[in-house]
Amino acid sequence: MTRKQRRLILIGAGLGVLAVAVALMLNAFRDSIVFFNSPSDIAEKHIGPGTRIRLGGLVKDGSIVRGNDLRVRFEVTDGKSELPVSYQGVLPDLFREGQGVVAEGTIDGGGTFNADTILAKHDETYMPKEVADALKKSGHWKDDYAQRAAMPVTGANK
Amino acid sequence: MIPELGHYALMLALGLALIQGIMPIVGTRTNDAALMSIAAPAALAQFVFVAIAFLALAECYVASDFSVLNVYENSNSAMPLIYRLTSIWGNHEGSMMLWVSILAFFGALVALFGNNLPVTLKANALAVQAWIAAAFELFILITSNPFLRIADAPFEGRDLNPILQDPGLAFHPPMLYLGYVGFSIAFSFAIAALIEGRIDAAWARWVRPWVLGAWMCLTLGIAGGSYWAYYELGWGGFWFWDPVENASLMPWLAGTALLHSAVVMEKRGALKVWTILLAIIAFSLSLIGTFLVRSGVLTSVHAFAVDPTRGIFILAILVVFIGGALALYAWRAPLLKQGGLFAPISREGALVFNNLFLTSACATVFVGTLYPLALEALTGDKISVGPPFFNATFGPLFIPLMLVMPFGPLLGWKRGDIVSAAQRLLAAAVLAAVAVAAAFAIEHGGPVLAPFGVGIAVFVMAGAVTDIAERTMILRLPMRATLMRAIGLPRSVWGTAFAHFGIGVTLLGIVAVTAWGSERIVAVKPGEIIDISHYRLTFDGVFNRPGPNYRDVVGHFTVRRASGDVIGAMEPSRRTFPARNMATTEAALMSRGFSQLYLSLGDPNPDGTVPVRLFFKPHVLMIWLGAIIMFFGGGLSLSDRRLRVGAPRPAKAKAKDKPALQAAE
Repeated sequence: MTRKQRRLILIGAGLGVLAVAVALMLNAFRDSIVFFNSPSDIAEKHIGPGTRIRLGGLVKDGSIVRGNDLRVRFEVTDGKSELPVSYQGVLPDLFREGQGVVAEGTIDGGGTFNADTILAKHDETYMPKEVADALKKSGHWKDDYAQRAAMPVTGANK
Repeated sequence: MIPELGHYALMLALGLALIQGIMPIVGTRTNDAALMSIAAPAALAQFVFVAIAFLALAECYVASDFSVLNVYENSNSAMPLIYRLTSIWGNHEGSMMLWVSILAFFGALVALFGNNLPVTLKANALAVQAWIAAAFELFILITSNPFLRIADAPFEGRDLNPILQDPGLAFHPPMLYLGYVGFSIAFSFAIAALIEGRIDAAWARWVRPWVLGAWMCLTLGIAGGSYWAYYELGWGGFWFWDPVENASLMPWLAGTALLHSAVVMEKRGALKVWTILLAIIAFSLSLIGTFLVRSGVLTSVHAFAVDPTRGIFILAILVVFIGGALALYAWRAPLLKQGGLFAPISREGALVFNNLFLTSACATVFVGTLYPLALEALTGDKISVGPPFFNATFGPLFIPLMLVMPFGPLLGWKRGDIVSAAQRLLAAAVLAAVAVAAAFAIEHGGPVLAPFGVGIAVFVMAGAVTDIAERTMILRLPMRATLMRAIGLPRSVWGTAFAHFGIGVTLLGIVAVTAWGSERIVAVKPGEIIDISHYRLTFDGVFNRPGPNYRDVVGHFTVRRASGDVIGAMEPSRRTFPARNMATTEAALMSRGFSQLYLSLGDPNPDGTVPVRLFFKPHVLMIWLGAIIMFFGGGLSLSDRRLRVGAPRPAKAKAKDKPALQAAE
């Protein structure tokens, strides 16, 4: 084999692996991408039952109802629209009324969002970025969300 | 006074870095030995001043000086000393200080131990190193000064984010940074080689110990972070494909590829241009990792900083260094001479295969991590790319890699014999087949493919053992001769075998836990019983326990075997930190061999029941044990005489070693 042939084999193998990788990615993108929506988005876009989405907003004050077997129902609001959510499992540490939440799951025929995952990827100093953006978009962002969280608590434990 | 000293020392370090970045390059251009020789002392001095700045910050934390904003925001006088120290890097400013300190430390090491490097290469490499240091020192001074004071000093600090108050955090970020920043040496050497337009096999020999050291630290850092997330976040997962995790995985994949291609370059003089590119990519991905974590572009537990000016500054650093390096590469790489020839089936061929798949896997992680950001920037659509994407792309690319891995060390350089290699791996393959059959027989449920995963893991492990067995001719020679051969084997061969074995161990742990782990989520009253796998847990009730800067609500559980004998107690808790009004879940773990019982508590319900999450994690400890074995293998390889010859060694000893070296090869 000449140097040229060997190089061709090498380049061919490289392109082959790359093509496989790209094919895998395209295939995975088709199946596993989840879009983020606020309750208003869902009302506007008429997202059908069974489509997997991420829902973000604030947990509405006074809406949490706990049932048997760790079932919990609550409403997610962005100030404009609300959506009832049902979930079964242990809620994350930072799940509270009036706080931001991101849930992943599907909408059922009755208009309830069945969450199989509740994300708690934010700490107490800021909102989930998507939720903050959604609130700003719906005009219900209040600056004190950020301030309230970032407020110094000097002497709070005295 | 102390913070001002630190601030001033950091400015001096920046000045020194600028000198170190300019003078030696001018020296190599004008052939001025005096200017070139500035590089080493400047690097040492820069390190001294960066170290002074870091120690000053550390002193502020130890003394709980809340007049310093950074200390006030992240520390609390009630915290134990170790957490006051780890809170230095538990925040943006402090972690950037750690980053720069490690960078300067590595620069100083090159300056100290690089006596046998060609003068121009050393001068240029240290200059490039200085440019990186200068960029990050400027970044700290302009956007993230940790020494800022508050006019009215508060009495008490705001405390460190509770989930970061953990022994794991004393260890994980420094290790990770040692890895990230360690690749900067390979990067600097690559750029220096491109500036000179000249590169040879010796280059790989100088760079390989640094790459290996960085890779070892990164391996342990990733494993440490994974274990921390496993027990601290209370979800019982070891890997979430979170962007921050991916940010550390990408440099690891590129670094692993670099480690292997540098072997080819060192032994055979081939793949030079590719190795240089990988060195650039590995460090670029480290920089991107820093950007992802530090700029706040991601919604993630690690994104402490939410400040756009920082993001733009880091983005500028990225563009200058990555863009500049790639441009230089495009311009200068064609000048580099081509290396030796090899057949597709050969050790080199196997290593090329390794590189192709590792870099492709790295590319899929890259796309999956950055595509959502790009899409949001372009269209405003917010999407998430979760574990299904990575499982569907990363997995299929890793399987061929695992299958071919045992063949690599058994093939000869230049031209290998695949039939003979396959014959020698026959025992390993039979063992793997037995493992598949056993997994089918013993385990019920779980994905159908899982037993094959076990088979691949066993094949990888047995393959690593086969390599050693073949080289020592075990069972074919008398025991004594085998032992002599084993002792005589180069340590790098042992290193390879251990590292490959470690991959198999990790893989086995991942497969077992993913396929056969079980989970129970229930709300329990005192006296109630939960059964899982072969264990029975009785909930005895909750009690309160005070801590230094938190309160614990502890649940007490008695663990029994299915037969009834008590084997211990588990005490998971909910930990409330009053300074931040925040609660964390402290999971309880009980190890049974390599398997673990994992128990975490939820918030008690109004009706008096407590939500409980109980996992049985079969062989989960193997995941991290494998990483430790890989680290150990790396260490063995690093201690190999042949590698050390190119790295630190005084000029006198070098002359003595040269003949011995040739004889050994």
